[in-house]
Amino acid sequence: MEQVRLNIDGVDVVTTPDRTILEAAREAGIRIPSLCYDQRMDPFGACRICIVEVEGARGLLPACATRVTDGMVVRTNTEELRRIRRTIVELLLSDHPRDCMTCESAGNCELQDLAYEYGVKETRFPGEEHHYEALADNPLIERDYTKCVLCGRCIRICREVQGVGVYDFVNRGFEAVPGTPYNRPLTETPCEFCGQCVSTCPTGAIISIPSKGKGRPWQVEKVRTTCPYCGCGCQIDLHVRDGEIIEVSSPVMVGPGQGNLCVKGRYGYAFVHHPDRLTTPLVRKDGELVPASWEEALGMVAERIRGAMDDKGPDAVAFLSSARCTNEENYLLQKLARAVVGTNNVDHCARL
Amino acid sequence: MTNSIDDLEKAECILVIGSNTTEGHPIVGLRIKKAVMKNDCRLIVAEPRHIRLCYYADQWLRHRPGTDVALLNGMMNVILSEGLADEEFIRERTEGFEEFRKVVEQYPPERAAEICGVEAEEIRRAARTFARASSAAIVYAMGITQHTTGVDNVLSLANLAMLTGNLGKEGAGVNPLRGQNNVQGACDMGALPNVFTGYQPVSDPQVRKKFEKAWGVDYLPGNPGLTIMEMVDAVLRGEVKVLYIMGENPLLSDPDIRHLKEALEKVDFLVVQDIFLTETARYADVVLPAASFAEKEGTFTNTDRRVQRVRKAVEPPGEAREDSWIIAQVASRLGYEMGDVSAPAVMEEIASLTPSYAGISYRRLEELGELRWPCPSPDHPGTPILHVDKFTRGKGRFSPVEYKPPAEEPDADYPLVLTTGRLLHHYHTGSMTRRVKPLNELVPENRVWMNPEDAKRLGVAAGEEVAVESRRGAIRVRARVTEKVPPGVVFIPFHFGESPANALTNPALDPVAKIPEYKVASVRIVTGEAMESLEYVTV
Ligand code: SF4
Ligand code: SF4
Ligand code: SF4
Ligand code: FES
Repeated sequence: MEQVRLNIDGVDVVTTPDRTILEAAREAGIRIPSLCYDQRMDPFGACRICIVEVEGARGLLPACATRVTDGMVVRTNTEELRRIRRTIVELLLSDHPRDCMTCESAGNCELQDLAYEYGVKETRFPGEEHHYEALADNPLIERDYTKCVLCGRCIRICREVQGVGVYDFVNRGFEAVPGTPYNRPLTETPCEFCGQCVSTCPTGAIISIPSKGKGRPWQVEKVRTTCPYCGCGCQIDLHVRDGEIIEVSSPVMVGPGQGNLCVKGRYGYAFVHHPDRLTTPLVRKDGELVPASWEEALGMVAERIRGAMDDKGPDAVAFLSSARCTNEENYLLQKLARAVVGTNNVDHCARL
Repeated sequence: MTNSIDDLEKAECILVIGSNTTEGHPIVGLRIKKAVMKNDCRLIVAEPRHIRLCYYADQWLRHRPGTDVALLNGMMNVILSEGLADEEFIRERTEGFEEFRKVVEQYPPERAAEICGVEAEEIRRAARTFARASSAAIVYAMGITQHTTGVDNVLSLANLAMLTGNLGKEGAGVNPLRGQNNVQGACDMGALPNVFTGYQPVSDPQVRKKFEKAWGVDYLPGNPGLTIMEMVDAVLRGEVKVLYIMGENPLLSDPDIRHLKEALEKVDFLVVQDIFLTETARYADVVLPAASFAEKEGTFTNTDRRVQRVRKAVEPPGEAREDSWIIAQVASRLGYEMGDVSAPAVMEEIASLTPSYAGISYRRLEELGELRWPCPSPDHPGTPILHVDKFTRGKGRFSPVEYKPPAEEPDADYPLVLTTGRLLHHYHTGSMTRRVKPLNELVPENRVWMNPEDAKRLGVAAGEEVAVESRRGAIRVRARVTEKVPPGVVFIPFHFGESPANALTNPALDPVAKIPEYKVASVRIVTGEAMESLEYVTV
């Protein structure tokens, strides 16, 4: 693709013409604040937080929705821009509860970050405030529109990425919120519980119920791994606190899912800590499976394999490997069958 | 997949056949929807059930279960007779075209329509859409393979791709979606009775010699072993005495539960290594507690051949141990030391013995996040699209494929066709998802889906409990009355142990791939008092 050269805050940047100013700046390590922007969707240009000055342009331009052109000279952080952004944040906060202490999204909230960056403590625009009941009409996703900043990200991700379109703005003017048709519970809409809306909401307006109160972002360790369910192989981050997985998120634009997951990948992790997990070997005694030591269980397994081999040859032993286990484990199991026992009787449930 | 998940977005036309993609492979489903919504890709869905992708489709072909070959031959007949084939591709890169043409000529759309129940005009339209697209991709899943004609179905899809020159380029290809997360990897790693890693045949003495040397043994057997279905029979014949099952729950996933149950009861010694006491593990003589995916290091290989890392996040509960440790312990007690079985060391061994994985290492995966095989050397970037310049075997081979009916067809006694499959919220035998409370709350129990016409005729009300019976057994399950299944067809998901769909399915196998026919069996619905006299299969 052809290249364009532009200058952002005095830095010369070379990029391709399909990039927006925001993307070109990020690639060059220059951060422009944003709120209604998410890489997974088309730019929307609604919140104006990302406005920048472009030499020769009339007025200020939203960096997230403006494509770069050759020779462009961009300024992202002037006094004037900071003043306007501060005003936008103040306006947003004039109708936003200041309860970050207990908000599920504290530490992972783009509005909180903006207020912090622009030093907004009080709003100069006190006015009418919304108060909605939090909606927990299903086991997974809670919506509290008191915290909504009307960025439209939930509406757009559900429509553009998930292709479902559960939400749209309902009501007009001051009363507008992203709701479901006739305010139906999510369980009565075509919602697929992918949680894409949770992942994109910049505030605490849409959150995951199973993670509520379980841990702050700075209290968790994130471990990047591969989803254990279907063959898509989405990349997921397990959020671990005190040895427990409390949430799953997906790194944006990484792996097959590019930051999107399905209901199993995002919400299907609790089996790991289920009380039904096997915690000790079991051996059958007098018809019952009873706990045993590894020594005893392994000894018995080896003895019976050896017995069958001596008696009827290696082909009297058969192994089923697993499409759920890792490559390394599958490799080792077929090696056990072939090299140690001496049989090719090894298969798995691929066909099933 | 010959192509990649990302690559689907570049297709101008996508044919989805035998895959309920948005539920079975949701993220691939997302990419297909994106291709349609953003790039004006034309989507053709061929599927007996109304699935979510039908909402995005240009055309929905509702063919009868088990008639895929007839439908595809009909489409290819149109492509040939209307001069839409890619003649250059056929000439340069394929062979066997003439025999293939002879068979396809026997399937004018009118005849195909009669067999598969889709109107001839619809078959023509689909053929034109597919053949005229500059790139057309085929996506399929178990709805194609789980038939006695599974291999024929797959060969027909390959024929269609070759006929239209849709192999070895972007936005095209034949793209099977593998069922479970690491089916691809398990196959790649030689967890198959006839091949070592990377599909190196056990029957090849050179290959055996290589593995004998690497593993330090004098002799490796060259005769292929038993497939899973053959193992069951061998147990019942008294030939297999010890069955060692790692991380599978065949009792729910295999067809004809009764038969398998008999085998599990009969086998002298059953070892099950798993994270839960699954339905299968209850029959074991020894149960070994394993670590879950979150408790170990390793790699999975996804459906587009991407090798990606699995990382340990938490400790296994109690005395549960990693499968690799357990296997090495068993080996050691049988007199063989496996040495260092840490995941990176094992991958090094795999790479040294497997040409397609030779360039894969933990160091590279750490750096790149993913590598797609074939990756033959440490400086190779991996292969997103297969067969770019040539096929593995030189020329692509057309296969003449005749339509064969399913092993069991509806009759007076069992008048309905049963087809099985997956739901979005659950996974496989449900041992994991059904233990996730919110998921189980959203979809707490099984349903048999039936068309309102059938429900009315049988006097079945929505939500009513009925019995579904086949020649192999019966289960109890509530009815979901819905237009999503056509008249004459019922659908039952297989995730639920309390009403196991596979008590009903037909274990008849594809003669080559040995895959059972999950997608077509004949059943009848029993209601009211007659239900009392049935014997129900439980696991
Ligand atoms: S969970 Fe997914 S389908 Fe449901 S509303 Fe959110 S984005 Fe839409
Ligand atoms: S709910 Fe969240 S994502 Fe949706 S409009 Fe409000 S703030 Fe934006
Ligand atoms: S998140 Fe969903 S689509 Fe992705 S790998 Fe997991 S189960 Fe498959
Ligand atoms: S981030 Fe650019 S307008 Fe909102």
